[in-house]
Amino acid sequence: MSQSFEEISAQLKKRHRRSARMKWMTMGALILSAAFLVVFISDMVVRGWPAFQQAQIQVEVSYDEQSQKLPLAAVDEDVRPLISRGFFRPLPRKMEDNPALMGTTQTQWVIADSRVDQYLKGNEDRLRPADKETLENLVEEGRADLKFNTTFFTTGDSKMPEMAGIASAAIGTVMTMLVTMAVCFPIGVMTAVYLEEFAPDNKLTQIIEININNLAAVPSILFGLLGLAIYISFFGVPRSSPLVGGLTLALMTLPVIIISTRAALRSVPDSIRHAAFGVGCSRWQVVRDHVLPVSLPGILTGSIIGLAQAMGETAPLIIVGMVAFIPDASFSITGASTVMPAQIFTWASEPNSAFAEKTAGGILVLLAVLIFLNALAVWLRNKFERRW
Amino acid sequence: MPMNIVFLLFCAVLVVMGGIAFVLSRAKATRVRATGMAMHAQPDQYAWFAALATAGPALLVSALGAFALLLMGAEIPTFYLLAASLVIALIGLIMGLNKVRPEFHARRAIEGVIRKLLAVAAMISILTTLGILLSIISEALRFFQLHSFWDFVTGTTWNPGASFLSAAGRAEGGSAAQFGSIPLFAGTFMITLIAMLVAIPFGLGAAIYMVEFAPMRVRKAAKPVIEVLAGIPTVVYGVFAALTVAPLVVDIAGLFGLDASYSNALAPGLVMGIMIIPFISSLSDDVINSVPNSLREGALALGITKSEMVRNVVVPAAAPGIISASLLAVSRALGETMIVVMAAGMRPNLTANPLEDMTTVTVSIVAALTGDQEFESAQTLSAFALGLVLFIVTLTLNVVSVFMIRRFREKYRVNNL
Repeated sequence: MSQSFEEISAQLKKRHRRSARMKWMTMGALILSAAFLVVFISDMVVRGWPAFQQAQIQVEVSYDEQSQKLPLAAVDEDVRPLISRGFFRPLPRKMEDNPALMGTTQTQWVIADSRVDQYLKGNEDRLRPADKETLENLVEEGRADLKFNTTFFTTGDSKMPEMAGIASAAIGTVMTMLVTMAVCFPIGVMTAVYLEEFAPDNKLTQIIEININNLAAVPSILFGLLGLAIYISFFGVPRSSPLVGGLTLALMTLPVIIISTRAALRSVPDSIRHAAFGVGCSRWQVVRDHVLPVSLPGILTGSIIGLAQAMGETAPLIIVGMVAFIPDASFSITGASTVMPAQIFTWASEPNSAFAEKTAGGILVLLAVLIFLNALAVWLRNKFERRW
Repeated sequence: MPMNIVFLLFCAVLVVMGGIAFVLSRAKATRVRATGMAMHAQPDQYAWFAALATAGPALLVSALGAFALLLMGAEIPTFYLLAASLVIALIGLIMGLNKVRPEFHARRAIEGVIRKLLAVAAMISILTTLGILLSIISEALRFFQLHSFWDFVTGTTWNPGASFLSAAGRAEGGSAAQFGSIPLFAGTFMITLIAMLVAIPFGLGAAIYMVEFAPMRVRKAAKPVIEVLAGIPTVVYGVFAALTVAPLVVDIAGLFGLDASYSNALAPGLVMGIMIIPFISSLSDDVINSVPNSLREGALALGITKSEMVRNVVVPAAAPGIISASLLAVSRALGETMIVVMAAGMRPNLTANPLEDMTTVTVSIVAALTGDQEFESAQTLSAFALGLVLFIVTLTLNVVSVFMIRRFREKYRVNNL
C-alpha cells in the first residue's frame, strides 16, 4: 500500500488542478450569467434605438377651402404618398379651431409615412420607385430627415406605426399603480405590524404566516383568474379598467410588501422596544412612535421593489382584459386602459415590422423606469438604513 | 344627485363629525384634568377615542350596507343607508363624549381597536388564498360537469376550439371539442426541464463561486448585476425569446441540418432559464453562506483541497436548501406565462423534440380567456380547470420546499433563512 513520494506529489498536483478547474468553471457560470445580461440589454438597445427617431419631411402646407374638404390637397401631389395619414386626418379640425390659418401657406416639418421612416433607417424598401426618387431629392435638399420622435412620448396606440406612442399606456400604468399601492401598502404594512408586534403565537398566526409564504409563490396568472372570477364576474368591476388591474396586482404585491416590512421590523433591536415600554408606552405607542419611524426606510425600499415588480407584470392583466387598444390617454380609473408591458405585448404581436422597433423602444422606456425605481430603492436603503 | 357626490358628502360629514368629537372631548378632558383630578389617559387619547367611536361604527354600517346592496341584491335605498350611518355616527359621538371620564382607560380602548384593525388586515391575505381557491374550484367544477374529469387527465388531444362550433350548432361528426390536457402538461414540463438545465448549473455555479472563491470585491459587484436579471419584466424576456433567440435557434439547428420551428420549445426554455438564474443563485448563495464555517475549517484541516471541500462537505450540507431553491424555481417556471405566450407555439403537440413547437398550460389559459368566448363556454371554463391543476402543483412544490428548508435550518440552527 505504500506510495512513493513521486506518486503522492503527482496525485496532489492532480487534485490541485481539479480544484483550480472548479474555480474557473464556477467563475465561468457567473461571467456567462452577467454576459447574458449584457447581450440582452445591448440587443434591446440596438433594436429599440431607432424608435426614438422618426422621419420627418419639410413641406408647404396650404390651408384653404379645398384642403378643408379634402385634407390630402394641402400638400403637393408628389410628396403626398410620403406623408403620414396621421398628419392629414386632423387637418380640417385644426383649421376649424384656428380660423387664422385659413388662406395661409406654411412651410413645416410633418411626420412621414412609416415606409419612408423604415427606408431612411435602412430597414426595408417598400416604396414605389417614383416615390423613392422624390424622397431621395428631398433628402438631398435637406428637406427629409430623421428627427427626435416626440410623437412616441405624446400619443397613444395607433394602427399607423408612425403615430403610435406609449403615452396612454404610461398613464394607464400610473393609474393602475396608484390603485395597487393605495390598496396594498396600508394592508401590507398593517399585516406585517400585526404579525411582528401584536400577534399571539397561536395556530391562526402560523396559518397566516404559511399562507403568506404560499401566496408569494403562486404563479401570477392565477391572480388574473381570481380577478376575472371575483372582481369582474362577481363584483362587477369594469373590465380592462385600472381599478380591476390595480386590485389584481395589489393582491399579488401584498406578500412582497408583507415579507419586506417584516424583515425591516425585525431588524429593529429589542432594546428600543424595551426602553419605550420602560417609560410606560403602550404597545401601539411603541410601534407608532419608535419602531415604525426607524424601520420606515426598509419598508419604503421593500414597497418600491414590490411596485417595480407589479409594474412589469403582464400575465394577470391580460386575463382581466388590460390589453385593449387605447388611442387616447385617459385618467379615469374605471375606463378601458392599458399598461406599458401590455402595450409592449400588443406591439410585439403586430405583424408590421415597423412595430418591432416600437416594441423595443417601449421596452427601453419600461426598463429605464424600472431601473430608476430600483436605484431609488437602493439609494434609500444606503442613505437611511441604520446598522444596529 | 350623482352617486359619487353623495358619497363625498357622506365622507365629508363623517370627517367633520369626527373632528367635532375630537375637539369637544379633548376640551372636556382638559377641563376635567384642570380641576386636578387624576385621569387614566391623556386628553389626546380621549379625543382619538371619541373620533374613532364616531367614525368607526358608521363606516362599518355603511360598508356592510353597501356589501348587502351589491351582493345580496338587498333593496336598501342608498339615502336611508347613509342617513342611518350618520345617525349611528351621532350616537357614537355622544357616547364617546360621555366616556371622557377619569376612570375610563381611553388608551387601552384605542389599543384594542387598533389590534383588531391590524388583525383584520392580516386576515385579508387568507381571504386572498380562499378567493383564488374558491374562484378556481367553482369554475373548474362547472367545467367538469360539462366534460369528464378522466378525459381531462388522460386525454391526448386538446382541441377546445370546436366547442365554439358545437355551441353554434355547426358541429360536424367527430369534431367535438376535446379537452385532453396531457399535451399541454408535456409541453410545460419540456420547457421547464430546459429552463432548469440552464438555470441550475449556472445559478448554482455562480453561487458557489461567489461564496467560496470570489474575493469580497467581486462578490459585492456581481451580486447586484445578477439581481438585475431578476428585475427584468417577463414580457421583455418574451420579446427577447421571440425576436432574438428563436431565429438563432432555427439558424443553429439549420447548421446541423435540423428543421426547427420558429416557435420552438427551446427558445422560451433557454430564456426562462436565464430568467431563473438569479432566483436560484441568490437562494443557494444564502444557503451556502449559512453552512457553518467549522465544517469548512474541519475539512481543510484534514488536507482536503477546496474543490473537494465544496463537493464533499459544503454542497451535501447545503443540499436541502439547494433542492428547496430548485423546487421553488420549478414552480416559478411552471407558472411563467409571458415568455411562453410570446415565444412558444399555440398548437398542442405531444412530442419529445424541443425544436418543434409546443404549447403549455399557461398559454392555453391565456388563449382560452382572451378569445371572444362567453364566460359560460366550456373553453373559458377549461382555463379554470387548468388553473386548478397549476395551483395544486405549485402549492405542493412550495410546501415541500418549505419543509426542506426548515430541516436545513433546524440542523444548523440558522435563523436568517
